[in-house]
Amino acid sequence: MKKVVRGFYAVAHSVKLCKPHVICAYPITPQTEIVENLAEMYANGELKNCEYITAESEFGAASILVGASAAGARVFSATCSQGLILMSEVLFNAAGMRLPIVIVNTNRALSAPLSIWNDHQDSMVLRDAGIMQLFVENNQEAHDAVPQAYKIAEDKRVLLPFMVCMDGFKLTHAYEPVDLLEEEVVDAFLPPYQPQIYLTTKKPVAMGCYALPAYYMEFRVAMQQAMERAKSVMEKIYKEWAEVSGRDWGGHIVVEYPDAKIFVVAMGSLVGLLRKVVNDLRKEGIDVGLIKIRTFRPFPVENLRKALSNAEKIVVFDRSVSFGYEGPLSIELKSALYKYSSADFYSYIVGLGGRDMPKDFLAGIIRDVANGKEKPGVAFKGYKEFEEVIP
Amino acid sequence: MKFFGSGHGACPGCGLTIAVKNTLEALNGKCFVANPTGCLEIISSQYGRNAWGVPYIHSLFENVAAVAAGIDAALKAMGRRDEGKIVVFAGDGATADIGIGTLSGAMDRNHNIIYICLDNEAYQNTGHQQSGLTPPGEATTTTPVGKIFPGKIGKKKDMVAFALAHGCPYVATSSVAFPADIRRKVKKAASIEGFAYIQIHSSCVTGWGIDGNQSIEVARLAVETGLYPIVEYENGKLVSVRKIKDRKPVIEYLKVQRRFRHLLKHPKGKEIIERLQQIADENAKKYGLDG
Amino acid sequence: MKLKIYLGASCPPLQSLEYKTGDWGTMHAFVDKEKCTGCKICEQYCPDLCIEVKEFEDKKHAVVDYNYCKGCGVCASVCPQGAIKMELKELFKV
Repeated sequence: MKKVVRGFYAVAHSVKLCKPHVICAYPITPQTEIVENLAEMYANGELKNCEYITAESEFGAASILVGASAAGARVFSATCSQGLILMSEVLFNAAGMRLPIVIVNTNRALSAPLSIWNDHQDSMVLRDAGIMQLFVENNQEAHDAVPQAYKIAEDKRVLLPFMVCMDGFKLTHAYEPVDLLEEEVVDAFLPPYQPQIYLTTKKPVAMGCYALPAYYMEFRVAMQQAMERAKSVMEKIYKEWAEVSGRDWGGHIVVEYPDAKIFVVAMGSLVGLLRKVVNDLRKEGIDVGLIKIRTFRPFPVENLRKALSNAEKIVVFDRSVSFGYEGPLSIELKSALYKYSSADFYSYIVGLGGRDMPKDFLAGIIRDVANGKEKPGVAFKGYKEFEEVIP
Repeated sequence: MKFFGSGHGACPGCGLTIAVKNTLEALNGKCFVANPTGCLEIISSQYGRNAWGVPYIHSLFENVAAVAAGIDAALKAMGRRDEGKIVVFAGDGATADIGIGTLSGAMDRNHNIIYICLDNEAYQNTGHQQSGLTPPGEATTTTPVGKIFPGKIGKKKDMVAFALAHGCPYVATSSVAFPADIRRKVKKAASIEGFAYIQIHSSCVTGWGIDGNQSIEVARLAVETGLYPIVEYENGKLVSVRKIKDRKPVIEYLKVQRRFRHLLKHPKGKEIIERLQQIADENAKKYGLDG
Repeated sequence: MKLKIYLGASCPPLQSLEYKTGDWGTMHAFVDKEKCTGCKICEQYCPDLCIEVKEFEDKKHAVVDYNYCKGCGVCASVCPQGAIKMELKELFKV
């Protein structure tokens, strides 16, 4: 049923249909209304066999999810920014314990300065945690991502936490028509969670044991192998979703104009705008294509090599910085293409802390790349010239 | 069926496992154990050397109350509460310092948890650093004895008051010197719906600087001097107190432990000993310990 | 043969029993069967869960499991009958 709803509701509705046993809530802008919407459903008895817990912090919320997931429950929470990095110690731990926790991250900038607005810096902190990350472009994709996230995370070949990343404000606060899922569709797609191991007095196990050097490394290798297996599991489940929902969001990456000479690469809601920009530039005669990266972890190295092997120029729009180096997406992409591409890289860091990225601004950058006015390299775009002084 | 196995790695004479064993037996093994990082975790949950015969989880240092809350929520949601009680065994540092935020949250939401603070009065696993539950005058590696300082200057946090302020339906203290008291209180806590906080004074041979065979005697002295009152509250009301016949001066307790022995010589030692005696006297008055 | 590791560093119960801590230290606890009344106080206190009162034909008394006894002396210190003595292991007797 198509309805005009806000991004929050698109997520909350989908979470409800996944029938989690435990939901944890802690407020943080711009995530808060997701858990508020779920609280309303809970108060109205719409969440069956579910406990809704108001945590004392995001750190507590993530820890509650660890306990509940270890006890065999399907769990959910949403957060972002400071909240996500406050959760980070727990989420690294949950990944090592192989708990299929699902969270939605409404991407937001990190402090300081404090900023409640959107960029991707928060997700990047969790890049090395052993958590899968899927970036969505719009609210329908966010809505559809949640059941897929559970199915992938809970697959016994994977068993790792899953984070659905949606741009804060740009998506969360936006009203968009969303085709809301029916319960039967999700029920048919997502079976009840069958934990491989869980805490029960019927068959006691110890979870979260510490490992001496003689064992530790094997567990970390096992996490990497699970991530590698996740690549094929995800592709399979993405396809399955397309069949049952009738909406095909593509695989790990979506390539538009595969034969183009210039490729623009980005993640999240920016992709929607770039699609329009790319189409306009093609009308001007610029041979530009677009790559939307959906799966950021595991990083779809093979897909990107295939898609970009003939590119002459690659333009990356990063929404975060690895200070002292450059944008993380660009770093990852260059590493993936090593010896597979001789393209020139144009790595741009844009839109930090909610900085506007108008269509003309993006089109101007790509046009300059096409016309040779931009040199290959790394640059911040869209900031004012400044001088740092002491108050 | 054993609930906790021999072959664990605790120091000879360790008080922690005495508290654990008696707790698990009092519950007849019908429980889930959550345990933060610390001595107990290290001696019992090495990969390949798990000492637990009951379901057990260790996550992090500062989140055990939240992890236990998660288990509580999960069992409730899945209709599995009859499987057993949730028991936390946490050290004093994990309880009163680094984990106090999640502890406050879990107490506030009144989860169905028996939270046992195994209070050996310092971070013993990392080699005896001061915690919020280290008493004044104790020499630790982060409050060492120097020309100026006679060990820790601050006070021991009152976690019983903390638990009572949260409205916990059951709050008690106990000691490894009195296993029967531990068993009774754990059974009582298990019969109560909601959050139970039990703080058990647990001897640490290496941190306290005692021999293994003094473990019980020294823990008993803490009670007999009035420094560690054994009390019990139900719904905020004091319902029982372990009475002391011929309360001993605190010096009897202090002089047998390396962690306090410097107080006998240090220029400020006398002042600290007087303060500790005053704490014991106030405990005796507050709880009516003498008799 | 390939090493087997349990998912997420989980463990089956009571693996510690495989670790015989009886060789720690120099002392072991010895029970005087005559003095022992089988009151089980030592059982409650033993930090290594390795002393147990068992029924025998003539009487019940505490038995130490030397596979695990670390020789801490807690049992001896709490025995109301003075029925437990700490002694050097044979190995350390000169």
